[in-house]
Amino acid sequence: MSESKTIDARNTFCPGPLMELITYMKQANVGDTLELLSTDQGSAADVPEWVNKVGHEIVSNEKRGDVWYITVRKTK
Amino acid sequence: MKILVVGGGTGGTILANNLARRLAGEIRARKVQITMLSASERHMYQPGLLYVAFGQMMPDQLYRDQASLLEFSIDFHVDPVEQFQLDQNQVKTKSGKTYPYDVLVIATGSRIVPEEVPGLSEGAELFYTEEAAVKMYKRLREFQGGKVAIVVGVPHKCPIAPVELVFSLHSYFKTRGMLDKVKIKYHYPIGRIHTIENVAKWAKPEFDRLGVEYETLFNVKDVDAANKVVNSEEGTQAEYDLLIAIPPHRGMEVIEKDQLGQGGWIPTDRHQLTMMGRDNVYVLGDTTNLPVSKTGSAAHFEAEVVAENIASIVKIGTPVRDYDGKVYCFIEAGHDNATYAMFNYQNPPDLKPPNKSMHWFKMSYNQMYWSSVRGLL
Ligand SMILES: Cc1cc2nc3c(=O)[nH]c(=O)nc-3n(C[C@H](O)[C@H](O)[C@H](O)COP(=O)(O)OP(=O)(O)OC[C@H]3O[C@@H](n4cnc5c(N)ncnc54)[C@H](O)[C@@H]3O)c2cc1C
Repeated sequence: MSESKTIDARNTFCPGPLMELITYMKQANVGDTLELLSTDQGSAADVPEWVNKVGHEIVSNEKRGDVWYITVRKTK
Repeated sequence: MKILVVGGGTGGTILANNLARRLAGEIRARKVQITMLSASERHMYQPGLLYVAFGQMMPDQLYRDQASLLEFSIDFHVDPVEQFQLDQNQVKTKSGKTYPYDVLVIATGSRIVPEEVPGLSEGAELFYTEEAAVKMYKRLREFQGGKVAIVVGVPHKCPIAPVELVFSLHSYFKTRGMLDKVKIKYHYPIGRIHTIENVAKWAKPEFDRLGVEYETLFNVKDVDAANKVVNSEEGTQAEYDLLIAIPPHRGMEVIEKDQLGQGGWIPTDRHQLTMMGRDNVYVLGDTTNLPVSKTGSAAHFEAEVVAENIASIVKIGTPVRDYDGKVYCFIEAGHDNATYAMFNYQNPPDLKPPNKSMHWFKMSYNQMYWSSVRGLL
């Protein structure tokens, strides 16, 4: 059964949101979704670029207040 | 009250010594007892491994006997925990003993798992263990020139190590008069050359100035050691004559086996440093799942907060401090220069230009570490 998990990477400078996402993606199973919470401007662009390059799927990407909510599905 | 500290590395040692001093009266009155269980009778100063890899420190300089670093009142045993029975407030150890506790502190650190990347152990120099650091130095001595590739596994402890490695390699090859025979290329998992934006902003022009090439969004998929090629998850390749890797890490096996946390990373409250759902279990250092650098420095600042809080719980029944995410990292910039990055959850680091005195301060800290874990600094 696929799972969904939230990664709270708000207000963190190191290791940072994309590094956190990569860590959790390695632990996840194909089909799982991960919701990344980030306050880092750079990762708003970085995360979709990485997800597309590796071939996973961006389910949603929106900014509410100062926080980006990026949901990613592991596809392989 | 029985306080049990599991792990005698940076975090566990600072915590136990700090607590033993704060609770000296209670320990004398036999109201409190501090026990430490560790997996080794020796304590390694891990940052020294980078210097061993460049022939600047000898391995025996990295160690002290763990017992010699601890306050006399701490009951210390080399007897690794094999089972955490948190519902019963006890742990079972390798020797078959059971240790009950009222308060548990877990500081078991992390381990490298190069075997998770096919070909990495065969193809790459690693320097994250004593044996690997010595092997890397021997390899550097023999190296006649060619392509040097640096790759970075995720997650890893000491996030500054990849850039320090680049500067140290450049210095080393320059000193040996081989720079014209060497091409250094750095590969990094995310979209800039360091995860801390200000470190990336500082290091990029430095890399350009030194002629170091870089590729970002490069996560190692596998290494073809026979053909000397690294394949990335992103579909690109890196050729090398000498490959140096920061290996991926996990927490300790026992943490995973007992389902304390996926990957060996224990879900931890950002500010109180308690294990999620367990108010009498504290977690420190590398084994937390906190979005904080896995560094001795983070372990140190966390240990101070936990010590103060456990002591205040004993004395007045409530914690008094929050961890604010503080980390302080030296950054060796090569050619006897260094700078530092200090940051917390709210404030990014503001990097100063590297200078010689920071480098010599770091060299002194390599010795001062022992006073620091004893709690004398
Ligand atoms: C090459 C390198 C360079 C580094 N450079 C820096 C740097 O410049 N600055 C910096 O701040 N940090 C640096 N670090 C990182 C730093 O060393 C670690 O982050 C730090 O030691 C983590 O502290 P810890 O207490 O969590 O774990 P550790 O210090 O690793 O201690 C873990 C302890 O747990 C014990 N243990 C393990 N399993 C068990 C068990 N089952 N039962 C009981 N005990 C157990 C071990 O024996 C050990 O004593 C570097 C690390 C490396 C490898």
